[in-house]
Amino acid sequence: MKTFKIGGVHPSENKLSAAEPIRPAGLPEQAVFSLYQHIGAPAKPIVAKGDVVKVGTMLAEADGFVSVPVHSSVSGKVSKIDAIVDASGYRRPAIFVDVEGDEWEESIDRTPDLVTLAQRPELTAADIVAKVKACGIVGMGGATFPCHVKLSPPKGTKAECVIINAVECEPYLTADHRLMQEKPDEILVGVSLIMKAVGVDKGYIGIENNKRDAIALLTENVKAYPQIEIVPLQVKYPQGGEKQLIEAVTGREVPAPPALPIQVGAVVQNVGTTFAIYEAVMKNKPLFERVITVTGMDLQKPSNLLARIGTPMKRLIEECGGLPEHTGKVIGGGPMMGKALMNLDVPVCKGSSGLLLMNERAARRREVQPCIRCAKCVSVCPMGLEPYLLATVSHLRNWDMAEGNDITSCIECGSCQFTCPSSRPLLDNVRMGKTTVMALIRARNAK
Amino acid sequence: MANKLIVSLSPHVHNRDSVQRNMYGVCFALIPALLTSLYFFGVGAAIVLVTSVVSCVFFEWSITKYILKRERTTITDGSAILTGLLLGFNLPSNLPVWIILIGALVAIGVGKLTFGGLGCNPFNPALVGRVFLLVSFPVQMTSWPKAGQLSSYLDAETAATPLSVMKEAIKSGDASVLHKLPDAIDLLIGQTGGSMGEVSALALLIGLAYMLVRRIITWHIPVSILLTVFVISGLLHLSNPIYASPFSVLLTGGIMLGACFMATDYVTSPMTAKGQVIYGIAIGFLTVVIRTFGAYPEGMSFAILIMNAFTPLINTYCKPKRFGEVVKK
Repeated sequence: MKTFKIGGVHPSENKLSAAEPIRPAGLPEQAVFSLYQHIGAPAKPIVAKGDVVKVGTMLAEADGFVSVPVHSSVSGKVSKIDAIVDASGYRRPAIFVDVEGDEWEESIDRTPDLVTLAQRPELTAADIVAKVKACGIVGMGGATFPCHVKLSPPKGTKAECVIINAVECEPYLTADHRLMQEKPDEILVGVSLIMKAVGVDKGYIGIENNKRDAIALLTENVKAYPQIEIVPLQVKYPQGGEKQLIEAVTGREVPAPPALPIQVGAVVQNVGTTFAIYEAVMKNKPLFERVITVTGMDLQKPSNLLARIGTPMKRLIEECGGLPEHTGKVIGGGPMMGKALMNLDVPVCKGSSGLLLMNERAARRREVQPCIRCAKCVSVCPMGLEPYLLATVSHLRNWDMAEGNDITSCIECGSCQFTCPSSRPLLDNVRMGKTTVMALIRARNAK
Repeated sequence: MANKLIVSLSPHVHNRDSVQRNMYGVCFALIPALLTSLYFFGVGAAIVLVTSVVSCVFFEWSITKYILKRERTTITDGSAILTGLLLGFNLPSNLPVWIILIGALVAIGVGKLTFGGLGCNPFNPALVGRVFLLVSFPVQMTSWPKAGQLSSYLDAETAATPLSVMKEAIKSGDASVLHKLPDAIDLLIGQTGGSMGEVSALALLIGLAYMLVRRIITWHIPVSILLTVFVISGLLHLSNPIYASPFSVLLTGGIMLGACFMATDYVTSPMTAKGQVIYGIAIGFLTVVIRTFGAYPEGMSFAILIMNAFTPLINTYCKPKRFGEVVKK
């Protein structure tokens, strides 16, 4: 079975909610839409206080090419535009909507019928990309990169294959797994749409082998799509990293930054994004709801919820049995790469794949001991870097040495810190060094 | 509750590995060698090992507390116990207590704590102690009791070790001297003279297997050392029968202990797989060269210490293959 070659770790999977069907979360009383739900320029508000909106109404428009619009997930009245602390931990402007009823824009097709590409022969690649942009779709695995940008390969590059990231290598998270179980045909149509958009005739869906039921189901349903291949992958973190997945599936390695996956001919999309693309293009539905795994060892009812974007996290926790006593940390995303939230009012955003509650004991970091130079961080680094060295030179603020040792290649997967027997804050330091070095490189290039 | 959430950067989980788990894991892997040394050298082995371990821990505790004035003691991390065990394994079982104390002081005090303690020492502390004793007390450090004298300590009867037989064969140029060597089975089990932790290759290999299975170390260093020694001593043996057979060379002296437990010391060995293989090959090569052409019958400790000094250089030049790096042809 295929996997990536260099490094990797095996955290406990803890997929508590793997057997829980997706259920819709209740509507919040107030929904909050951050204007920064994607990488790139923030969206520009086009509504004002007092405006009445429906489910699917555009609240803010894209500001430039690398930007996407934000749509309302609820019907009601815009109450204010104000700053909130969002899942990134920064204070950001957001649009607040007081919920009244649940009235959808009429243009959205709410029937459950599957619409295949054969039923829509008039669709062109440009139509698909334009629709994806208009519906505000971003990478839903967590990176939130505007989807239409990836579907528009730059001049001089040529896409050769589409790879769907259905790896879900983060422990605890099961949102993608359940989506594949429940919407396999929609996902396959979504893959065909992406393939058509970038003009390739080969598609792969990479799935880790801990989701055997999803692999079996998709392998059966894919028979109607001869150009799509299901690729079961050995379970290993961080296989869901874009570069690791491309290598696992095609054997090709994306060169160091600033090279992009397209340079080895690959266009990678998350499986949740693929479903959103299907709904956008075939059902005319903007991205305003998504599946999110709400989980944790002490949580009464770990679940996969179909949540409206803008719903406060505390609302989702209530749906799963309430906040357990002794909760010490709440993480947006998975335990390896997720971000700890400042409070429970943070709203669900387009990139929210999970909500993980950890008790106080599990949340505390272990005591830091001296580096014993055991080389385990080097052996697990999936990018072939030397985390011990990068962490030390970053700590010493030796940026030249950090850059010379390829710190910008770090994908921040956390395998090094996860493995370190001395519990050293390796990634904390590397992240700081990487951010500084990238700023220095940008400044140098600007001259 | 909501205002008391812990906020820290990812990753939020850890695989629960620790310094202690690795250090005590290596100690545990030394148990077969410990049992065989007690079986062959009895009381003497017990006295030497207990003295070595206790004094290493004592010096670690007293120096960190009274000289370095550190608030937290470091004796619980297991590294001082491990140094004590390895130092003891490198000594003859009839060594007086006061010499062992000097060795422990040099190992912990000079070899480790002068550089800042765990993780900072450039040389393997146990070997620093051992080599210091070897050059300071050459007579006591090279008279090896015969195996099987369970109730004797300082009064143990000594005899020529397989290594000195090999050296004699080379010096005299007479291959028939090598007939005095114990057969391979005795060498494997340890029914022979030598420093107590080194005699049983089998016990050390069991320990190596345990460390590999528990992923405390990787195969790169031990395998590259043992293969290099085998190949080079094999070539020498083929060129001239006064050089012992590669099997005898592998199973005698400190090669097994050194390859499995001393050269693999985390702190003093290279950080990348490629570097570790280069380091292992160099140690194997130097060991055979010193054994064959040097003044001492054994070269393992010197070879490891010499390569310890090269470790920073190896780390600078042996980088792992970066993801996406195009290998120039």
